[in-house]
Amino acid sequence: METSGLNFILQAAFWVTVALTVAGASIAVFPRNILYNVLGLALALTGIAGFYLFLGSLFVALMQLLIYVGAICIAIVFAIMLSRPLHMEALPRPRAKVWLGILGSAVFFIGAVSVALKTKWLPAAGHVYNSSQWSVQNIGNALLTRYELVFEVISLVLLVAIIGAVITAGFSRRISS
Amino acid sequence: MSEGLLGSELFRLILGLVIVLAFSQLNALFLVWLERKVSGHIQLRPGPMEVGPHGLLQTIIDGVKLVGKELIMPLKADRKLFFLAPVLVFTPVLVGFLVLPFGPGLIIHDMNVGVLLVFAFSTITVLAILTGGWASNNKYALLGAVRSVAQNVAYEIPLLLAVMSVVLMVHSLSFSQIVASQKTVWFVFIQPLACLIYLIAATAETNRAPFDIPEAESELVAGFHTEYGGMGFGLFFLAEYTNMFIVCAVATSLFFGGWNGPFGISLGIPGVFWFLIKTYFLIFVIMWVRWTFPRVRFDQLMNFSWKVLIPLSLVNLVITAIVVKII
Repeated sequence: METSGLNFILQAAFWVTVALTVAGASIAVFPRNILYNVLGLALALTGIAGFYLFLGSLFVALMQLLIYVGAICIAIVFAIMLSRPLHMEALPRPRAKVWLGILGSAVFFIGAVSVALKTKWLPAAGHVYNSSQWSVQNIGNALLTRYELVFEVISLVLLVAIIGAVITAGFSRRISS
Repeated sequence: MSEGLLGSELFRLILGLVIVLAFSQLNALFLVWLERKVSGHIQLRPGPMEVGPHGLLQTIIDGVKLVGKELIMPLKADRKLFFLAPVLVFTPVLVGFLVLPFGPGLIIHDMNVGVLLVFAFSTITVLAILTGGWASNNKYALLGAVRSVAQNVAYEIPLLLAVMSVVLMVHSLSFSQIVASQKTVWFVFIQPLACLIYLIAATAETNRAPFDIPEAESELVAGFHTEYGGMGFGLFFLAEYTNMFIVCAVATSLFFGGWNGPFGISLGIPGVFWFLIKTYFLIFVIMWVRWTFPRVRFDQLMNFSWKVLIPLSLVNLVITAIVVKII
C-alpha cells in the first residue's frame, strides 16, 4: 500500500479536524444566537473526539461524544429555556464580563501551552491504529488502580452536584407552594 | 477476502455504506407500509389497498410525491439551521449500521466498542430535532423540540444502564462477541428486566407512541417537524423508521440472540434470516404498542423514567455485577 498517499490523507484529515474544532469554538463564543452557541460547542467537542481518534483511542473518542456532545450540550440546552426570546433586542454584553472571560481563558491558555511545551513529545506513528495501549481494558485498569483517587474524587464532585440540584429544586418548590 | 487495490477493509466499508443506503430506503418504504397495514387491521379496516398487491407500492408513490414537492421555508425561519437539521438527523442512523451484526461475519466493521458507537452517535438525533424545532421559528415546533430533549435525557440513562448489564455479563462491547455468547441461551431469559427496560426506553428514544409527545399531533400539530414539507419532512420520517430498525436490531443482538436460533436450534435457516425475522417481529411489536396504548402525559413520562426505570435498572446492574463477580 502507498504509505505517502495515506499519510497525506491522514494529514489533511487532521487539519480538517483542527479547523472544525476552532470554527466550532468560535461559533460557541461569538454569535449572539444562543442555539448557534450550543451547536458550535457541540461541533468543537466533536472535533476533540476526532483528536482522540488520531491519538489512537476509539473508546475515549466515543466517550467524549457520548458524554460531552450527548449529555453536556443537551444539558446546556435546558439553559436555552431560560434565555430571552430571539425577537427581543439583545442587550449589549457587559464590558466587565467580557474582560473577566478573556482573563480567565488567558490564564487557562497560558497554563495549557506551558504544559504542552514542557512535555517531551514522542512520535506515536507506529501504534496509532492498532494500539492496545488505550484499549478499554487498559483504561479500566488504570482508572481503578493508578488513578483511583482521581476517579473517586470526580464521582464525589458529581454526587455533591446531584445533592445540590435536588436540594435547590426541593427548596424552590417548597417556597412556591 | 483478497488483498485488493485499496485493501479489503476500505473496500468493505464503501460497499457496506452503499448497501446500507439502499437498504435503509427500502426498509423505510416497507415499514411505512407495514405501519399503515398494522394500524388499519387494528382499527378493523384494510389499510392501503389500491396501489399494487395489498397496497404494497403505496409508499413508493407517496415517496415520489414527497420528492416532487416544493421546499417551503417559513419567512422568519433560520435558513441555515432549517436545512441543516434534516441532514443532521440522518448521520447517526447511517453510522449505526456500521456495527450491526447481521450474521456471522456479515458485519461492515466489527469493532470492539461497537455498542458504544451506536449509542454515542444516537445522541446527535436529539441535537438535530432541537435544531429543526428551533430553526422553524414556530411555537409548536419549539415546544416539540424541547420536549424531545427532556425526554431523551431522561430515557437515555435507563437505556444505557440496561445495556451495561449485558455488557458486564459478556465482558465485551463488541456486537459479534455479545451475539456469539448467546449461542444456547438468549439474554432475554437471563436479563428479562434489562430487556424490558431497554425496549421501553428505546420506544421513548425513537419518539414512538405511547411516548410520542415531541410530535403529539392532537396538541402540537406535528411537533418539531410542523414547518417541514416535502423532502425535509421526508428525511425526518425516513430517519424515524430507520432508527426504529436500528433500535430493534440492537435489541435483537443484545437480548434475542442475534443470528442464533432459539436454544441453539437453527432449523437450517441462515443466520441473516433469523436476525431479520426477530428484528422485524420486534418492530411489529412496537407498532402494535403504538396503536394499542394512548399517549402518556408529560409528567407521567418523566416520573416513570426517573422514579421507576432508573432505580430499577440501577438495582439490576448492581445485582448483575455481584452475580458476575461470584460466578
